[in-house]
Amino acid sequence: MDFSSISRRRLLQGSAALTLGTALGARTAAAADTTIGFIYVGSRDDYGYNQAHAQAAAALKKMPGIKIVEEEKVPETDAVEKTMESMINLDGASLVFPTSYGYFSPHMIKMANKYPKVRFEHCGGLWTDKDPKNAGSYFGYIDEAQYVSGIVAGYTSKTGKLGFVAAKPIPQVLRNINAFTLGAKLANPKATTQVIFTGDWSMPVKEAEATNSLIDQGVDVLTCHVDGPKTMVENAARRGAMVCGYHVNQSPLAPQAYLTGAEWNWEALYPKFLKMIASGEGIPNFYRGGLQEEIVKVSAYGPAVGEKARKHADEVKAKFLATGLAVFKGPLMDNKGKTVITAGTERGQKDPELEKMDYLVEGVIGATS
Amino acid sequence: MEAVAIAPSADPGFLQRHGATIEYILIPGAALAGALVVFGIFVALFGKNPLDLYFYMYQGAFGTWFSWQNTLTRAAPLILTALCTALPAQLGMVIIGGEGALLIGALSATSIALTMPSAPPLAVQCAMAAAGMIGGGLWIMLSGGLRQYRGVNETISSLLLVYIGLAILNHLVEGAMRDPASLNKPSTREIGAANMIGSIPGTDVHWGLVFGLIAALASYVLIYHTTFGFAARVAGGNIRAAKIVGLSVGKLIMTVCFLAGASAGLAGMVEVAAVQGRTNANLAAGYGFTGILVAFLSRQNPLAIIPVAILLGGIGASGGLLQRRLGLPDASVQVLQGIIFVFVLASDAVYGRIGFLKGKS
Repeated sequence: MDFSSISRRRLLQGSAALTLGTALGARTAAAADTTIGFIYVGSRDDYGYNQAHAQAAAALKKMPGIKIVEEEKVPETDAVEKTMESMINLDGASLVFPTSYGYFSPHMIKMANKYPKVRFEHCGGLWTDKDPKNAGSYFGYIDEAQYVSGIVAGYTSKTGKLGFVAAKPIPQVLRNINAFTLGAKLANPKATTQVIFTGDWSMPVKEAEATNSLIDQGVDVLTCHVDGPKTMVENAARRGAMVCGYHVNQSPLAPQAYLTGAEWNWEALYPKFLKMIASGEGIPNFYRGGLQEEIVKVSAYGPAVGEKARKHADEVKAKFLATGLAVFKGPLMDNKGKTVITAGTERGQKDPELEKMDYLVEGVIGATS
Repeated sequence: MEAVAIAPSADPGFLQRHGATIEYILIPGAALAGALVVFGIFVALFGKNPLDLYFYMYQGAFGTWFSWQNTLTRAAPLILTALCTALPAQLGMVIIGGEGALLIGALSATSIALTMPSAPPLAVQCAMAAAGMIGGGLWIMLSGGLRQYRGVNETISSLLLVYIGLAILNHLVEGAMRDPASLNKPSTREIGAANMIGSIPGTDVHWGLVFGLIAALASYVLIYHTTFGFAARVAGGNIRAAKIVGLSVGKLIMTVCFLAGASAGLAGMVEVAAVQGRTNANLAAGYGFTGILVAFLSRQNPLAIIPVAILLGGIGASGGLLQRRLGLPDASVQVLQGIIFVFVLASDAVYGRIGFLKGKS
């Protein structure tokens, strides 16, 4: 019963023979020195998480001697293992960036053990001493940028009601919601952030519904933490609300409504990684940082941002850049009235306690479960 | 199968006698070729050379030993999930909820493995397989039961049950069964490296492929070479006639739905025991939905599912290469799958109408 596939193979072999001599011969001859593979979980033009990485990949493409191969919409199953292997075996990749959080374990670890000569760099900050030495994981403290965004949002909102469209109540997302709210409260102590969880990373219909429902409740500045902020940004702008972006700069989608946003700065980080490799020191297995380390950045302010907001936000940004600033410090209460950080305690960005965050701070309207 | 052994010219009655068999090979083959030509035109419109396309598809899917393993790995779950649609189809039922059975199977398998931490691996693996099959089987039986005893359309109910299954999985993974250490990626605890079933020796392809082949062969024998299968096909052909001759249609429906769900549930167990090592939202990767495509392309024949699953596995495996070498978006692979699907469905109309193959068939 294998005939149908055999006949297809013959057909393809025939056409393959035709192309082999012409197109391919020339192509392999022009192979680059270093081939780098990028793997995305969604589409690379999602105006979000994946685009942030794809933009950095595009920046690397311009460097001499570098060849970039990319694959999008690769699920977090054994498909990503095969994609990594295919990049290594068929494209000769010596450095691979599996950029989605769920690619790390077991998939990337398995491949790192299997191909010890290839370097694997995962986005998510998950590497520990038990993991292979040719693997690494990096991440950014983007809640610093959310904090600055929150300040701008707090000044801009007329109702004092901010909205947050979030994917899942996991520590990374909660940190962003809380930092955004704390920033807003610097500008307006009475500001509240209403949060809606959609339940997954890419749920355009639910994201649109959440956006509409927030605006119906009087929210006039929105932000989000989902893979593709496009839905929220476009819908909010259409309804006349202001937005703060996330992942990348979404101002092209809503030039008037875009205030500012928390962006990844992979374009600055990846060339640094390549320099580390070229200099022989190699990339640290565990690499994290915030505004100061240029791993995250704040979008340029939009036209609707007032003078006061710019000034205050710039001051705070300058503090982050100069000495670092603790977003989370006591006394801090959650939105159920429980003290989560006692007075006098400062939780700096690298504090592992923050990695376990399971609360929403006072001023956030919503629940984690 | 003898079609190749006997030279057509040596036997003038050959075409007539084997007309039906030849049709089953010739028509899908032609539909596939047609789909590839149309896809080639589509790609040419984007300014890419279609011959490059065919070459990379071949290279990515079957061109190297690595490519073959890539293809077979992707085909493995598809064989099992396709059976979830193909088996009930013998009874005239259209079940499209294999994804739900896969998720429930994975969840059941993980649950049982986590309750037996000190048992020997073989016992854990057998328990996982049994739990996965029972969980998935009962899940599809729900659809069968709703249809038989409540008159609910099984296509709709099985599809809706996918979302219920996913909601149950997410609820447990993010709640009761969550490993507290899985902070940003809610998951269950791991079943343990010792309990993983691993790969077929000498390859990277996991044992799910062997399970799939066995399940497909067993289904073929069951449907075409047993009285049970005959009864199922009779009921599928004319349910009233089946009842008149005294067949217990209810029992047939429930049994077949159980077997169908069990194979998708087994696919879920394999995803846990061979790939993920735990249950989380990653399991909802769409194998159940691609399985529907495989089953329809195979015209619901369990044996034909094997090459079709390998073909679709190959298309998936070569998709990456098309993105990387030709710069095509991921959606182009879905376009190709869609074109193949339309061509094969449309080719249904041609069966029995090819003049030179007409005869006793």
